[in-house]
Amino acid sequence: MSEHPIIRVQHVVKTFGKVTAVNDVSFDVRAGEIFAFLGPNGAGKTTTIKMLTTLLRPTSGSLHLDGLDPTTQQTDVRRRFGVVFQDPSLDSELTAGENMDIHGVLYHVPRQLRRQRSETLLKMFELWDRRDDLVKTFSGGMKRRLEIARGLLHTPKVLFLDEPTLGLDPQSRNQMWTHVKTLNASERVTVFLTTHYMDEADRVADRIAVIDHGRIVATGSAADLKRQTGTDSLEAAFLKLTGTTIRDESATAADQMRQVSRVWRR
Amino acid sequence: MSVIYILWLREVKKYLRSRVQIVASLGSPLMYLGVLGFGLGPVFQRAGEGKYLQFMAPGVIGMTVLFTAMFSGIAMLWDRQFGFLKETLVAPVPRLLIMIGRTLGGATVAVLQGTLIFVVTLIAAFRPESLLAVPLAFLVIALIAVIFSALATAIGSSIKEMQGFQMVMNFLVMPLFFLSGAIYPLEGLPRVLAALTRVDPLTYGVDGVRGLLTGRTHFGILPDVAVLLAVGVLFVVFGAWRFSKLEA
Repeated sequence: MSEHPIIRVQHVVKTFGKVTAVNDVSFDVRAGEIFAFLGPNGAGKTTTIKMLTTLLRPTSGSLHLDGLDPTTQQTDVRRRFGVVFQDPSLDSELTAGENMDIHGVLYHVPRQLRRQRSETLLKMFELWDRRDDLVKTFSGGMKRRLEIARGLLHTPKVLFLDEPTLGLDPQSRNQMWTHVKTLNASERVTVFLTTHYMDEADRVADRIAVIDHGRIVATGSAADLKRQTGTDSLEAAFLKLTGTTIRDESATAADQMRQVSRVWRR
Repeated sequence: MSVIYILWLREVKKYLRSRVQIVASLGSPLMYLGVLGFGLGPVFQRAGEGKYLQFMAPGVIGMTVLFTAMFSGIAMLWDRQFGFLKETLVAPVPRLLIMIGRTLGGATVAVLQGTLIFVVTLIAAFRPESLLAVPLAFLVIALIAVIFSALATAIGSSIKEMQGFQMVMNFLVMPLFFLSGAIYPLEGLPRVLAALTRVDPLTYGVDGVRGLLTGRTHFGILPDVAVLLAVGVLFVVFGAWRFSKLEA
């Protein structure tokens, strides 16, 4: 492990009108580790990812990714990460290969390298045989795999995965994490993930931060968290840290659209 | 450059693959052409204005370009949450290039759709005065397409709710069409209506296309093109500015 943290978040606050989504959050992610960011709905996970990936500006506080500031050095920061958003971001009217290709062009990956790496990644994620098929014919698991493969095309230093296993069956989830772990080891890519499945975090994450109501309530390895809370599973530790009340988020425009998309999907 | 090209290519590829959508989008222009064109024909003729189909065909082409361009931009709303747009927003590329690529792609699709309708009007017995003017008319059509693709990008970047789409259709796209003089002559209109037609950019587009294809123009072709160019620059700048402010 290197001394220099790949991600450093210090006293970050993000407010939307009267709502404080992220409230004085600080944490470090070490280069090469798999870092899980856990929290109930509306805890501020996605907002934090959006700030780190240059999509939102913090209200106050400072963020650094590989020593660069996402608010002022956007282009340099963007070259250094790959991201899989909570909602799909593939073009379903194009083929898997075309989606990879566009990504390569957007990230200025030279043509030769683009082909090579595209082939390696698609083979690794078992999508090579389907590269000429339209993405809309893919299953949920295949789409997710394609998004991860695409996010890695430009050899990023950090890979953000925002609830990547949402809606996938246990087989797909299991297989996906195996791939992510393999890549983390072989490419030394730092993985920053969020999930609601505690067993996944327990299995893959080197370190975990638990966020609730916009504040970090605990950080450490899964074993640390269990020890701190005196529980024997990460799920129990999580519930002890964040309580058992169900969060009532007010629905945003995006949530309403998500609802519609669920009805329309097949 | 390669960024603009690949995003442009993406829009065009998607258009060419969506056969169902192409056929479906022929529906309303065909209805206007068929029902209005032939239905109002006799009255128009009796009023001494000549053949109505000859008059309204350029209007229907303009309408098609307007609808297609606006729709491709508004589809951005969906694209932003469940599609490819976010992928481009985090790419290490200036937003301006992304906006230009998308807008040119949308405009190209609108021109292709306009071409299709042009062919349909020919089948319906529309006859351009001179074939030499056809390429020039298409330059004006391209201008219309760029103007409304850029406007659509600006709108797509500014509204968040799907319901906003209905608002835009009812309070912007339909008035733009009905006030454009696509289906009635601009001469001798009541003063208020005349004033309104003059603030609608599509008016100058339709007038220019009509002037080139049939020789009948209200403002003159050069003034039309001048207005279109000015509005085009304005809308592209406005669209680029709104797009650069987009937060996901």
